[in-house]
Amino acid sequence: MTDAIQAEGLTKRYGENLAVDALSFTLPRGATWGLLGGNGAGKSTTIAMLLGLLVPSAGTVRVLGHDMARDRFAALARMNFSSPYVALPHRLSVAENLRVYAHLYDVPRAEARIAELAAALQLEEILHRPAGQLSAGQKTRVALAKALVNRPELLLLDEPTASLDPDTGDWVRSWLERYQAESGCAILLASHNMAEVERLCGHVLMLKRGRIVDQGSPSELAARFGRDNLEEVFLDIARNRKRAGEPMGEAVA
Amino acid sequence: MKGSLRRVWGLCYRHLALYRHSWPRLLELMYWPILQMLVWGFVTAYLAGVQQNTASVAAGVLLGGVLLWEVALRSQMGFAITFLEEIWSRNLGHIFVSPLRPGELVAGLMCMATLRMLTGVLPAVALAWALYGFGLFRMGPVVVLFFAALMLMGWAVALGVTAMILRHGAGAEPLAWSVLFGLTPFACVFYPLSTLPTGLQWVAQAIPAAHVFEGMRAALTEGRLDSFHLLMAFGLDLIWLLVLGRVFGAQFEAARRSGALLTIGE
Repeated sequence: MTDAIQAEGLTKRYGENLAVDALSFTLPRGATWGLLGGNGAGKSTTIAMLLGLLVPSAGTVRVLGHDMARDRFAALARMNFSSPYVALPHRLSVAENLRVYAHLYDVPRAEARIAELAAALQLEEILHRPAGQLSAGQKTRVALAKALVNRPELLLLDEPTASLDPDTGDWVRSWLERYQAESGCAILLASHNMAEVERLCGHVLMLKRGRIVDQGSPSELAARFGRDNLEEVFLDIARNRKRAGEPMGEAVA
Repeated sequence: MKGSLRRVWGLCYRHLALYRHSWPRLLELMYWPILQMLVWGFVTAYLAGVQQNTASVAAGVLLGGVLLWEVALRSQMGFAITFLEEIWSRNLGHIFVSPLRPGELVAGLMCMATLRMLTGVLPAVALAWALYGFGLFRMGPVVVLFFAALMLMGWAVALGVTAMILRHGAGAEPLAWSVLFGLTPFACVFYPLSTLPTGLQWVAQAIPAAHVFEGMRAALTEGRLDSFHLLMAFGLDLIWLLVLGRVFGAQFEAARRSGALLTIGE
């Protein structure tokens, strides 16, 4: 079986600015990986290239075996994406929004799928409310339903719990854990919430200035840096420290 | 094919649902065509009083011109504004990462432009008949061909406008409302093409609408079908659609390279 994502030398250059610098990684099927990095590290640019929204300056991406340069629509039908920074039409009801995406993804038995998602994500009571009138937590659940409408084999999540209260955030994380275990869907998660990444991700790519500066499981990374958690590792990398207690220095290579 | 039609329907469904929830949008579709028809209807009524012999001809030419020009205007605006609705709702990211192909996006925008145009123009056509006794369809079935030629021209211009929006972002939005008005003098809506200075006649000859309106005047004043102008209109439509379709396609790919699809709302 092909991997969920195979990125080879993925590079994006805007004039003189190198946003992503020769990124290579392979996300296996059924795995949940984290994409971590400070603002401007290249996470969003990487996700945009994986989605075919942005053409790489160099390198190749294969998603579920499809070359994104030549066959991106076949891949797009089998994957999906959720981000709090991309809205769903506010005037449309939740059901109408889900119906739109069920059509766009050519989902068979769309109404049954919408009912199934509504039950799973506790949307039944808000199905006929306009998307613009929902709370942040409800919007997140609707965005997840949209992202799952086509039963994706690969899910790209950009800060899925941003602006949620701890209780709702925990509900979403538990739901994602359960869904991933049941469906075997591969997930690539970009987040600034280190606890979330520690909990959900088996492997983490640490990005800085468009490059992968370190990677491994959260516990491996913490052990390598002599730290207790991923947040401290993140700070070490962001502040150019190689290990706990070391002064600020060169970037970790 | 079935999947493709379903994706086009998905895009149309999204906009039909929007209109279902937003009556001001529906009202706006009818507002300008009806207003234009009323103003020009009074002008023709006035002319009828001044020049009684030519009243019916003037009424036909002016009102026919107003109503048919609205077909082109509403088709162009309908296409471009439907695209802008996706930008305004910050939904374009979801659309572009769905399996909807650019050709299917264009087909969906054309369907919505047609529905928007019919919603706006047909009530004005009915009112022109009720208030001024002017029946647009008295020209015969050829009026359907006039509609089609003007719709195609509107879509071609809209492809160019959408390409500009892809390149320049929301800064190019005003073109969605204004660009076709700039062609009005050369489209010869209210006067024969021969009225223009010789140099400008060459410009007008390249505009499909100018041939449609020459054909309309032939149908209204002489009761004949001018097949030369009709063929010219459709031929030019085809050229415009091919050229501006390629501009749209090239601009879409350029936006994917430059990252403009990520910042299009700015």
